[in-house]
Amino acid sequence: MSEAARVSGPDLGHGHPYPGVSLAALAEGSKPSASASLKLLPATARLVFRGREAAIGPAGEAFGVALPREACRFNTNGTRSVLWLGPDEWILLAPGEGPAPLFAAIETATAGLPHALVDVSSRSVAFDLSGPKAGFVLNQGNPLDLSLDAFPVGMCTRTVFAKSEIVLRRTAPDSFVVDVWRSFAPYVWQLLEEARRGA
Amino acid sequence: MLIINCPYCGERPEIEFRYGGEAHIARPADPSALSDAEWTDFLYNRTNPKGKHAERWRHIHGCGRYFNAVRDTVSDFFVTTYKTGEARPDIEESAR
Ligand SMILES: [Zn+2]
Repeated sequence: MSEAARVSGPDLGHGHPYPGVSLAALAEGSKPSASASLKLLPATARLVFRGREAAIGPAGEAFGVALPREACRFNTNGTRSVLWLGPDEWILLAPGEGPAPLFAAIETATAGLPHALVDVSSRSVAFDLSGPKAGFVLNQGNPLDLSLDAFPVGMCTRTVFAKSEIVLRRTAPDSFVVDVWRSFAPYVWQLLEEARRGA
Repeated sequence: MLIINCPYCGERPEIEFRYGGEAHIARPADPSALSDAEWTDFLYNRTNPKGKHAERWRHIHGCGRYFNAVRDTVSDFFVTTYKTGEARPDIEESAR
């Protein structure tokens, strides 16, 4: 594959050109729609935190957002969010920030307490899907009940979209964020585009 | 689609889960003390009931956790689910 065919752009940075379909090109070609618009979100610091009781509070304090203790919920403070992924697993998101200072602050606050903190910033990319038909579009590849009663604003979960795993969260009644592993991103993006055509 | 009740996340579609084999099979504490027949039994022999079966499932595309379920192998009906480490609920076994 020639260098020209490789992807570049801020969301695909960190020195790892993505050898395949250009996500940036796909995003540029995406037409806005009144029913559901798809948008590539800028680079985000992502840290996965796993730990026992003693480390959970200090980690949240150091990050500035308390780790939610309710299953499948996320907390937000300013631009930063923490998503519950499992009973001892959270993902900490800081859009537009670098992971290093956050990582250092949390490591300092949790020193000596059993936990694991991993920088997964480059692992995935995020899309915003917004519009009155956003839930309908997602349901073309996702089997969850996305009505507001069953999947309210503030809910997040790992789930699937077609054959890919995604992390889904609802940021507003008509807005979802899809976080997907980098190598699956063009696949999910193109299926969402396909679904939007029917919306 | 089958709905499975994850003890952590609640009711979720079957496609998010993976099967994990029969539940409540503890690895022998001292394997070298076992006879070959006993070791074979631990490794390979399962109850394979026709009826209620306690088995492990993993919510792999969800919270990621393993848990246990009692499922009827005839009807595929999930009688109950419970967290790993909890005792098997007192549910009568169907005739084998
Ligand atoms: Zn779960």
